[in-house]
Amino acid sequence: MRHHLLLRVITKLLVGPIILFALYVQFHGDYSPGGGFQAGVIFAVAFILFGIVFGLEKVKLVFPPWLVHKFAAIGVLLYAGTGIYSLMLGSQYLNYSAFTPDHPEHGQHWGILVVELGVGITVAAVMVAIYYAFAARPPVISDEDW
Amino acid sequence: MIALDWFVEIASWIAIVMGSAFMLIGAVGTLRFPDFWSRVHAVSVTDSAGMLLLTLGMCIQGGFTLVTVKLIIIGVFLFITGPTATHAVANAALVSGFLPKGADKVRRKISAKETDKKKVKKKKTTTLKRKL
Repeated sequence: MRHHLLLRVITKLLVGPIILFALYVQFHGDYSPGGGFQAGVIFAVAFILFGIVFGLEKVKLVFPPWLVHKFAAIGVLLYAGTGIYSLMLGSQYLNYSAFTPDHPEHGQHWGILVVELGVGITVAAVMVAIYYAFAARPPVISDEDW
Repeated sequence: MIALDWFVEIASWIAIVMGSAFMLIGAVGTLRFPDFWSRVHAVSVTDSAGMLLLTLGMCIQGGFTLVTVKLIIIGVFLFITGPTATHAVANAALVSGFLPKGADKVRRKISAKETDKKKVKKKKTTTLKRKL
């Protein structure tokens, strides 16, 4: 990848802001357009861009496949665990008002935040896992041909 | 105060209409130019200019608010990524041996001249592909 000087420099510049924007979309999902699905995809795009420009091995050092699979499960567990917790408090499944019975709106705020976080983690991990699965194929053009 | 309102309206409208005109010119160029390289040229240059003017016009409309800050950030990122995407596309085309329209004729002329003069500078004519 010695040839793509410009792409490497711009990628280094952009990966940080992309992750920051993903977190912004994630945690403003309850006020403005956004939420777990979009934030997860944007978060995964940072890793996919890094992988396209710098090679699959270097991304796998940052975000190894075993960790990706763990994160995909953790997100679903976070979502389901929120529902189980509200069940244990004696309310319906995913009824956020049960968390703080004195202030139902406060509980709803925290509930939607945790659920969106779970969705975001799972979506990001699954997107990165799909990218790993496709990028692990043998390349069509070798690096020396560029 | 009314004068300021008029200034904001007129300035933002000038910027937005100019930006839209640039975008339109770029679209026409993409459709009408004969080959890949001139099309890339048309769309990349006018896209950057049109994007900057449109963002500027919307910033003037927004005033000193959070919307303007977000627009400036969007403008900065598009100003970086647009030319980078154009560079990637053009680079891939050049490396895969895609030549401009009529380039083979020019190359034949150059090589014919050089054989006339009997200068053996084969490297210069064949390097375009190898160098990049």
